[in-house]
Amino acid sequence: MDFKNAEELLRICGEEKLPISEVMREREIELGEITGDEADQRMGNVLRIMRDSAKTPIEKPGRSMGGLIGGESRKLYDRHVAGSSICGSFLGRAIIYAMGVLETNSSMGLIVAAPTAGSAGIVPGLLLAAQEEYDMEDSHLIKALFNAGAIGYLAMRNATVAGAVGGCQAEVGVASAMAASAVVELLGGTPEQCLDAASTVMMNMLGLVCDPVGGLVEYPCQNRNAAGVANGLIAAEIALSGIRQRIPFDEMLAIMYSVGKTLPASLRETAKGGCATAPSACGMCTQHCA
Amino acid sequence: MSFISVFDVLGPNMIGPSSSHTAGAAKIAFLAQKMISGPLIRVEFILYGSFARTYHGHGTDRALLGGIMGFETDDMRIRDSFEIARERGICFSFRPNEEETEVHPNTVDILMENSAGVRMSVRGESLGGGKVRIVRINQVEVDFSGEYSAAIVTHLDKPGVVAHVTKCLSDRNVNIAFMKLFRESKGHTAYTIVESDGRLPEDIVDELKENENICEVMIVQSQSDTGRLANGL
Repeated sequence: MDFKNAEELLRICGEEKLPISEVMREREIELGEITGDEADQRMGNVLRIMRDSAKTPIEKPGRSMGGLIGGESRKLYDRHVAGSSICGSFLGRAIIYAMGVLETNSSMGLIVAAPTAGSAGIVPGLLLAAQEEYDMEDSHLIKALFNAGAIGYLAMRNATVAGAVGGCQAEVGVASAMAASAVVELLGGTPEQCLDAASTVMMNMLGLVCDPVGGLVEYPCQNRNAAGVANGLIAAEIALSGIRQRIPFDEMLAIMYSVGKTLPASLRETAKGGCATAPSACGMCTQHCA
Repeated sequence: MSFISVFDVLGPNMIGPSSSHTAGAAKIAFLAQKMISGPLIRVEFILYGSFARTYHGHGTDRALLGGIMGFETDDMRIRDSFEIARERGICFSFRPNEEETEVHPNTVDILMENSAGVRMSVRGESLGGGKVRIVRINQVEVDFSGEYSAAIVTHLDKPGVVAHVTKCLSDRNVNIAFMKLFRESKGHTAYTIVESDGRLPEDIVDELKENENICEVMIVQSQSDTGRLANGL
């Protein structure tokens, strides 16, 4: 049960009457030569690491290795529990978790690259927030992770998820598309709506550059993970309301890839452009700046 | 095209912050220590390119040292690898080399010495997403990824060695995925690297060593969870 692009994925979903998550799970069982139980178990482990990495910094805020970030998720959490969040409950929680994962990552904690370390907060951020908002079982989240995996697989296969190749749109953009699609399925959307949400994200994050200060996976990466969950949530809302997209996901991936390749090298993870060269940013990390 | 697993997308499970600068670094050192018999008493890391400029902020140093002690990319002990190495009595040092620019941007040379006084140097490149390549062993240019189980055979560049290696493997029903031969110069030390899909039987080492021209055999089993994604952050 393999598929090369979103069009084939949708055809299989239609013919077999299966959600995207189940098609991806079947593909893993067949081509990865593992049993369904093993697949679920490994994905359960992914979820466990994601949850720990998202929540630990709320309890134990820590400085990053490069010293540019630390303590953000605790601040957001305090504001959230005080009832002051202007983002509302769902997005408010998602931001806490997304920025928390990046905090864990930058202080040498255990994370799951999703699809990369620099964008690792978005999928857990949105899914863990959805679980709490809608009181869902872990088994639902595990299914949703297979859905997210399908979207990320298509990006890896047909475009790129590397900031050095395609800029931040390829990392945070793809992570956000994965999360949006997963949330749509989690909330009862169709496979078409999942891919429409993924398509919307790529459209809205098109051209985002990769410009880490000091070359470190800290700043502005952590802020962009928060932006990623917001973009994912917006796209999911649009899709779930029944609004169709005019550009299919396959085309959006090709567009993202071609835009990424036309970005100058200075804006693709080299720390030689964008935020990385802001005078105040360079002052913060003199020992790291090239 | 090789199979992209859902766990390559949602993975690797790794100690942050960077798949190339942290997870990849740990994996290179992990592979390097598999090639020399332990215990190690001294190790020096020479860092090039982006590794040389950003190794501290990415924890590349801790990851390399963790890998050299056999820690995998998701091992929490990587954070404390300096302390653990000191407890184990391993002398370690890091030397950034920013003058040498004709190398892959994330390159490290690992110079190891074990308690028997045997020295070995390994050069690795971190390609991103936790994917790595070993490109030099001692002074010989090689190429292997650690994604497959590998037998690294050190031998003299004499006729019959490769035939012996393939016969041993075929007798044990091992399917060869890739096989490459590298040598310093004609008639001197050579390396044959055989990569296979499944695990290699550990006791094949003795059978391989029956050939008089084979000096050393190292088995590096594949790591299942270190993913194969492109070079992201």
